[in-house]
Amino acid sequence: MQPSSAKIDRPSGGCFHCGEPCPDDRFVTAEKVFCCFGCQTVFSLLKENGLEQFYELNASPGARVRNDGAAARWKFLDDPAVQGKLFDFADYVQAKVTLHLPAIHCIACVWLLENLFKLHAGIGRSLVNFSRREAAITFAPDKIKFSELAALLASIGYEPLLTLGETEKAKPSPLNKRTWLQIGLAAFGFGNIMLMSLPFYLGLDSFNGPWFRVMSGWLGLALALPVVTYCAADFWRAAWLGVRQRVLTMEVPIAIGLAAIYGVSIVEVLSHRGPGYCDSLCGLIFFLLCGRLFQRRTYSRLTFDRDYKGFFPLSVVRKTPAGEESVAISRLQTGDRIILRHGELLPADAKLVSGGACIDYSFVTGEAEPVACGINQHLYAGGRQVGGMIEVETVKPVAQSYLATLWNNEAFRKNRDNDLDSLTNRYSKRFTRLVISVAVIAAGFWIFRDAAVALKAFTSVLIVACPCALALAAPLTHGTAQRILARFKIFLKNAMVVERMAEVNTIVLDKTGTLTTADARGVEFQGAALLPDEERWIASLARCSTHPNSVRISKALGAAAFPVKEFGETPGLGIEGEIGGHKVLLGSRAWLGNRGIIPGAHFPVSGSGVLVAIDGQPRGAFALENSLRPEVEQLLAQLGGRFELALLSGDNEREAARFKKIFGEQATLRFNQSPADKLDFIRELQRRGRKVMMVGDGLNDAGALKQADVGVAVVEQIGVFSPASDVILDAAELPRLARVLEFARRAAVIVRAGFVISTGYNVVGVSVAAAGLLSPMVCAILMPLSSVTVVLFASGATAWVGARIFRQRKSDNSFKKSTDELRPVATSMEAA
Amino acid sequence: MSVVIILILASLAVALLFLAGFVWAVRSGQYEDTLTPSMRVLADDPDKKVSETKSKNK
Repeated sequence: MQPSSAKIDRPSGGCFHCGEPCPDDRFVTAEKVFCCFGCQTVFSLLKENGLEQFYELNASPGARVRNDGAAARWKFLDDPAVQGKLFDFADYVQAKVTLHLPAIHCIACVWLLENLFKLHAGIGRSLVNFSRREAAITFAPDKIKFSELAALLASIGYEPLLTLGETEKAKPSPLNKRTWLQIGLAAFGFGNIMLMSLPFYLGLDSFNGPWFRVMSGWLGLALALPVVTYCAADFWRAAWLGVRQRVLTMEVPIAIGLAAIYGVSIVEVLSHRGPGYCDSLCGLIFFLLCGRLFQRRTYSRLTFDRDYKGFFPLSVVRKTPAGEESVAISRLQTGDRIILRHGELLPADAKLVSGGACIDYSFVTGEAEPVACGINQHLYAGGRQVGGMIEVETVKPVAQSYLATLWNNEAFRKNRDNDLDSLTNRYSKRFTRLVISVAVIAAGFWIFRDAAVALKAFTSVLIVACPCALALAAPLTHGTAQRILARFKIFLKNAMVVERMAEVNTIVLDKTGTLTTADARGVEFQGAALLPDEERWIASLARCSTHPNSVRISKALGAAAFPVKEFGETPGLGIEGEIGGHKVLLGSRAWLGNRGIIPGAHFPVSGSGVLVAIDGQPRGAFALENSLRPEVEQLLAQLGGRFELALLSGDNEREAARFKKIFGEQATLRFNQSPADKLDFIRELQRRGRKVMMVGDGLNDAGALKQADVGVAVVEQIGVFSPASDVILDAAELPRLARVLEFARRAAVIVRAGFVISTGYNVVGVSVAAAGLLSPMVCAILMPLSSVTVVLFASGATAWVGARIFRQRKSDNSFKKSTDELRPVATSMEAA
Repeated sequence: MSVVIILILASLAVALLFLAGFVWAVRSGQYEDTLTPSMRVLADDPDKKVSETKSKNK
C-alpha cells in the first residue's frame, strides 16, 4: 500500500495515474510521468475520450493496471451459460450486468465508471454502488461483447472480480425495500392517529360532541389496519412459529399484546366508549421495527459467509490441442491440462506437468513458506503459484478437492443466527408465563364481582405487559456496540455476535498470519554491513521478483530503484541480474552453489534465509523470521488471566519454545495441525462446556472459525478475501481484542439493566391494570414511555461504555474516518 | 364545529400524499444505496468544465 502522503503531495517521482513510484522516466506523455506502460495507456485513452477530469477529482486516482489485459482471458464470458448466471437482465438489444470491481476507491472512480459510455458506443448507462464496490452496466451485446466489456474495464484498471461464488449469490432481494416500507407506513399511522387523539388526551373532545369521538375512533381503526396487518406481519409469523414449535420466544407475548390492543380498540369504538389505543399500537410497532432494522445492519462490502467458491476464480486457462482457451471452472473435468500464472489459485487437486512450481499453501495450511514442487508431484487445491507459469493436470473434480471437502463438514451446515438461546429469549420464557398467569388470576378475581371489569383487567394486563421495551433492549445495545466496533475496524456479522462474545471463556489463536506476520520487520542481514550502494542494488533486484522473500527484502531495504539488466529468476530458488555493471544474485545456498558460488559454512542462516552474492563473491545472508505482530505479547498477557488460551498452528514445532514463553505454562500449544485437527480441537473444547472464540486468518482456519462460538477472521486488508466468520478484524487492531471482549461483557450487563427498567414499568402498569383501574391516559403514556426510556438507555449507556473502553489509547487515529466506505446498510434477511 | 372534519380530511390528504411519495422513493430504489449519490454530486458537470476551459483559452 502506498503511504497516503505520497498520493496527496504527488512528488515528482510518483506516477501521474496511480501514484506509485516510477523507476525511471521511460513513460512520459504530455509532461506527465508514469510508472508503467499500463498507466500511460489508460491516461492516453482517457485523454482521447475527453475524460481528463478523472485526474482533477483526486490526485493520482488510478488503480495500477496489473494484468496486461489479454482479451483471451475473458473469452469464457461469452459462454451463454456463464452469462445466464451473471446477467441481471438480457434481451437481443441490451443486457445489464452487475460487476464487482474491488479497485473502486474514490470519487474519481465513481465518476469515471459512470462515464464509461464515452469510451465505447456499445455501453449505455452505468451506475456505481460505492459501498458494495459494484457497477451495474447496461450495454448492447451486438456492439460490445461481454468479454470485451470485461477486458475494457480491466484495461483501465478496474478488473472485475469474478469468482465461482459470485455466480451463485442470490440476487438482491426486495426485503430491504419491504423493511423501509413497513417502517414508513407504521410512522405514518403513528403520527396521524396520534394527531387525532390529542383532543382526548387534553380533554378537549367534549367541544365537538359524541360524533367526533366515533369518527376519530373509526379513522384510527382504519389507519391502524394496514399497520397491524402489513407492518407487523413478521411478528405474527414469528409468534405463530414459536407457538407451533412450543417455544415462548419474545414474539409470542408481543403478538398477544398487539392483538389485545387492537381487539380492545375495536370493542371500545363499537360500544362508543372511546377512540381506542390505535396510536399507541402503531407507535409500538414503529419502535419494534426500528429496533429490528438496527439489529440487522450488515456491512455490504464484507462477506461473512464465504465458502471455498468465493476464493476460486470463475475461469482458468485450459490447454487443448488447438491452443489455450479460457474455461469456466464449473466445466473443468478431471484430466484437463490447465495453466497457472503467478499469483493464480489452483482450483482442483492436480499433478504438475511442466514448469517450476513453487506453491504457496499459506491459504490452506498456514505454512508460511512456499513449497517448490517437482514434476508429477501432487498439488492441492487452494495453493497459489508463485513465480513463473506452470502446467498441471487435474486429478479430481473441483467439488471433491482437498479444500472443498472441508466445507462438507457438518460445522458448515448449522446456522446459529436464529439463536433461540439468546439472553432475550431466555428471559422472555419466564416473563411470558408470569404475564399470562397474572392476567388469568386478575380475570378470575373479578369475574364473580363484575364481568365487565374482569374483561377489562384481563386485556389491560396483556396490553400493558406487552414486552416491547423488553424486545428493544438487546437489539439497541448490540446494534450500538456493533456500530462502535466498526469505527475501530472490527466488523461484526450481526448484532447477536456481541452476546455470544460476552460468554466466551476460551480463546484459541492461530499462529501464522494471525499472531505473526511476514513483513519488513524480521528481515535481518547477517554478514559485514552492506554499503548504501549495495543495499540499493539488492533492493532493485529484489523488486523485480514477486516471491514473498524478495518482496520482504525490497520492503526492508527501501524503494531506491536502479534499472536491472539481464534479470533472471528460477522460481522459488533465486534471482539474478546486473545493476550498474555489478552482477547480483539472491537465492538459496544450493542455487548459488549451482552457479559456482560456494558460501562458507560460517554464513549463519537460521529459519529461512536468502543468500547474497555480488560480483561472484558471497556477501552475506538475509535471515527471514516471521515477526510477531506489534503488541501481541501485551495482548496475550491481558487475556491470559481471564481466559483459557490455546495456540493452533499448521506450522512445525520450530518456534514452540518461543510461544510457550509468550502464552504461559497453562496454555495448550499444538503444532502441525491440519484444518480438520483444528476443527476437532474446538469441538472437543465445546464438549467440555467451554465457549470458544477462534482467532484465525486463512482458509486453513475456516473449519475452526465456523465451529467456534465466535469466529474472528484477521485480515490485512478489509474487503479482501476472508474465510467465513462472525467477526472480521483488521490485523492492525488485533491488540484491541481484550478491550473488545471486555466491551461485549459490559454490553450484556447493559441488556440486563434494560430488562430491569422495562420490567419495572411493566410491574407498575400491570399492578394498576390488574386492579382494573387503568385509564386510557395512563396506558397511552406508559407504553411509549417505557419504549423510549429503554431505547435511550440502551444506546446511551453502550455508547458511553464504548467511549470509556476504547478511549485510553490510540486516540490519535481512532477517530479517523475509517469506516465511511463501510457504512452499515440495513439488509433485511428474514429470520423466520 | 364541523369545520374540523374538513381540516382532518385535508391533513389526511396531505399525509397520504407524502406517504405515496415515500412509497415511490423506496420502490424506485432510492434507499438501496445512500452513499454513492453523495459522492456523485461532488464531480462537476463535465460539459460546463469543457466550456470553461475553452473560454479561458480564448
